[in-house]
Amino acid sequence: MSAVVILFRRELALAWGGGGGPLLACGFFVCLTTIVPLAAGGDLATLRPVAAGVAWLALALASLLSLERLFERDLEDGALDLLALGPLSLEAVVAIKAAAQWLATGLPLALAAPIAALALGQSIDLAPLTMLAALIGGLGFAFTGALGAALALGAKRGGLLIAIVVLPLFIPPVVFGAGALTRAAEGLSPWPAMALLTAYVLFAAVIAPPAGAAAIRGAQG
Amino acid sequence: MIHSLSLASLTLARGERTLFRDLSLTLNAGEAVALTGANGAGKTSLLRAVAGFIRPETGEVAFHDADANAIDPTEARARQVHMLGHLEGLKGARTAREELAFQAGWLGQVHGGVDEAVQTLGLRPLLDLEVRKLSAGQRRRLALARLIAAPRALWLLDEPLSPLDARWREAVGALMTRHLDGGGLILAAVHDPLPIPARSVDVGAAR
Repeated sequence: MSAVVILFRRELALAWGGGGGPLLACGFFVCLTTIVPLAAGGDLATLRPVAAGVAWLALALASLLSLERLFERDLEDGALDLLALGPLSLEAVVAIKAAAQWLATGLPLALAAPIAALALGQSIDLAPLTMLAALIGGLGFAFTGALGAALALGAKRGGLLIAIVVLPLFIPPVVFGAGALTRAAEGLSPWPAMALLTAYVLFAAVIAPPAGAAAIRGAQG
Repeated sequence: MIHSLSLASLTLARGERTLFRDLSLTLNAGEAVALTGANGAGKTSLLRAVAGFIRPETGEVAFHDADANAIDPTEARARQVHMLGHLEGLKGARTAREELAFQAGWLGQVHGGVDEAVQTLGLRPLLDLEVRKLSAGQRRRLALARLIAAPRALWLLDEPLSPLDARWREAVGALMTRHLDGGGLILAAVHDPLPIPARSVDVGAAR
């Protein structure tokens, strides 16, 4: 079995094992989107225009939840040294961890996103597009989040620091993702915004592995 | 395969504090070196510098093969170096079997390596237990298993025997002897003497 598969399977097992992180993220996501109608009133005329925006904000916040364990635990228990002495470069380790984070957390969230948007009054015709946008955006969240988690390594209150570092970087995907859905709801083509969203994700996927690996080396030394 | 490790006038610092200066050391296949020195002398830091985790202030860590050709340090560390520190890199919530399978697979296990490691380190009754339920000595044996399951030439060991009882110290000593007989190299930071013939290097003396 190749090292990529071995590490990927371990990351998935760690994400799902002991506490069910992905379910927690989905629960958090559903709670957030449920609170909005309670806070702003259940009137669909109020909710519908902001449905896409609120769903994406909730998505971004829910994606933050499990980032803390991505590298911090491995640093605490020494597993990061083990990963650094493996056959793959640290850059590859960061990329694999981000990809596993996406599969473990981003995918369940993308499945939950259309339901949440529906509850906020979004038209059911937009459900496939919502899921697709959440899938692509989730990949961006995972890579950007991995970078933030690596940068916050070794800091006290790392989880909070990750949120502060990462949330500003989540703004572009939120803008593009929510923009695509808003345009689609207005009967315009969502694809220009989707193209920008994809471009952001590719950018994050290129930047995060080398930058994250450099941050990890700094934390190890 | 790594045939010799050489440290040339190595100076290490942690923050502002210089740990030691101009430490030179050559370790050849079949040899073990025991690093001694007071707490904080820099034994662990030296091991971490050899593993590539700490960049030395000055000096160089070099790996050579049997024909005295230099091996690219990145390549050497990725394929031929084992590091076992105070922290064993084990996840408390996973079973010993899962952790051993991951560590051995990740570091390049040979066919049948895991079975052999389980056999020699007496891990069979522990395999289905969660790692957090193991005692310190049992955890250490589980961590040592990767050295057997995924053979690599250079072992960097930080106090490898400290949590082990007399019986397992002896058994691990036998494993070390076998590793050296097979052309391996051992660099270990110790307070108690190793149970094998080893050259002693005082890290604190190089201050």
